[in-house]
Amino acid sequence: MTSVSDQQTALPSRGGLSPRKRQRISRGIQYGLLLVIVVVLASLADWGAIRESFLNATVAGKSLPTLFTVALRNTVIYTLTGYVLGFAVGMLLALMRQSSVAPYRWIAAGYVEVFRGLPALVIFLMIGSLPLAFPGLQVPGQVYGQAALGLGLVSAAYMAETFRAGLQAVPKGQMEAARSLGMPYMRAMVSIVIPQAVRIVIPPLTNELVLLFKDSSLVLFLGVTAEQVELAKFGNDQSSTFANPTPILVSGLTYLLITIPLGYAARRLEARQGAAR
Amino acid sequence: MSTVEIRKLHKSFGKLEVLKGIDFTVESGQVVCVIGPSGSGKSTLLRCVNLLEQPTSGQVIVDGTELTDPDVDIDAARRRLGMVFQQFNLFPHLTVLRNVTIAQERVLKRGRAEAVRVARENLERVGLIEKADSYPAQLSGGQQQRVAIARALAMNPSLMLFDEPTSALDPELVGDVLSVMRQLAEDGMTMLVVTHEMSFAREVADRVVFMDKGVIVEDGPPEQVIADPQHNRTREFLHRVLHPGV
Repeated sequence: MTSVSDQQTALPSRGGLSPRKRQRISRGIQYGLLLVIVVVLASLADWGAIRESFLNATVAGKSLPTLFTVALRNTVIYTLTGYVLGFAVGMLLALMRQSSVAPYRWIAAGYVEVFRGLPALVIFLMIGSLPLAFPGLQVPGQVYGQAALGLGLVSAAYMAETFRAGLQAVPKGQMEAARSLGMPYMRAMVSIVIPQAVRIVIPPLTNELVLLFKDSSLVLFLGVTAEQVELAKFGNDQSSTFANPTPILVSGLTYLLITIPLGYAARRLEARQGAAR
Repeated sequence: MSTVEIRKLHKSFGKLEVLKGIDFTVESGQVVCVIGPSGSGKSTLLRCVNLLEQPTSGQVIVDGTELTDPDVDIDAARRRLGMVFQQFNLFPHLTVLRNVTIAQERVLKRGRAEAVRVARENLERVGLIEKADSYPAQLSGGQQQRVAIARALAMNPSLMLFDEPTSALDPELVGDVLSVMRQLAEDGMTMLVVTHEMSFAREVADRVVFMDKGVIVEDGPPEQVIADPQHNRTREFLHRVLHPGV
């Protein structure tokens, strides 16, 4: 909004009003508009019903121990296992993209295109059908294993691109110095290049963790038991039980409890790296 | 007994031929300085010696082993060749001490204690033992380059390659690096040095090689090549370097 009025000040003054006066009038209109919208929304809302349906302390209280001991705990488990798998596969794909064996490069590029292009939901819907393609295949850990696989497959595609950028950001001289000391290529990668690349991409990797934390809600499509339930399904189930949407709001707030500090940490790390360069 | 022998070395980048048939040798214990205008191929020549650049054709023979032979284990061969880069290329995520120990442990399979002992010896040698726990970014360019020399020396190389080791340094930091190199030469290290430091070449080198446009124009003792050059191209180059702005 302010950028609009800034632009106006840059125009030559016309119609007798000085630019500063017109800016003041424009800002007054914007405040007025905001006030009108708030007043209209406030008068349209049924405050009693909102308190009853969304801010119902009695209903919220009933979710309480399980919200953290089961739902949040499972969400964290699904996210972290998926993240670890995505990290490993993503790094492997990034290295494959630099391979001198052309088919490895093609496979890695194809993987990234496919899994970034598909909605995560579609991947979760297909995971249950995997045993049809590979008879006898059992994903270990049942839902936990399937969740890690689904989240890992999706995040690997994004992390592969992030790692690729990180590997490219490490100066060529680092590999040359390592090789000139007699290190074989892979040794130089593992000891010298990859540690620097990972450091460079810590901020985007933290953002990826935030995205994955939210995507873990898709686990509900795998069909989970009461002990395997994560935040989104937990909120939804509770709200059906008590015929009241408060639990959905509560689980939403629980997501924010994690995602906002993580996002803040990512921005801090990014700013620190920017300053270090 | 020759330490380095280069025969009919050619190197092209695409259509650009950078080295057009180089022949020369470095005897054991000799210090050979390679001088020449930028783009003459002298850095490429140096990088071909430890195969950081793959020669297009020709042979590189170090201590009787032909490095250009595809059957040679190049990683093993490189252990005997220390390399110092213009841009230092220290590992920024590791401390000075770790920079000097990591290849000893990972490549030579020395134990931690021995690697640290060798590292401290070599840091002492370049006068930076007190910086062992610093990170490269905390050091001046000259200090970083001396750590890079210590890192290479810790591998007990039989030959040291220097690729314009002082070109990226502020003028007041050049002296410390050159005096470390001078000491190294006095200790009998075989050295192949690409440099623009004419006074260093004149005082320390056993031989000076002048390169231009991918060929060796002149090769001889410094009192001949620098003080009394036989070729016009050498004379012109030296005139420009020794009397800048004239």
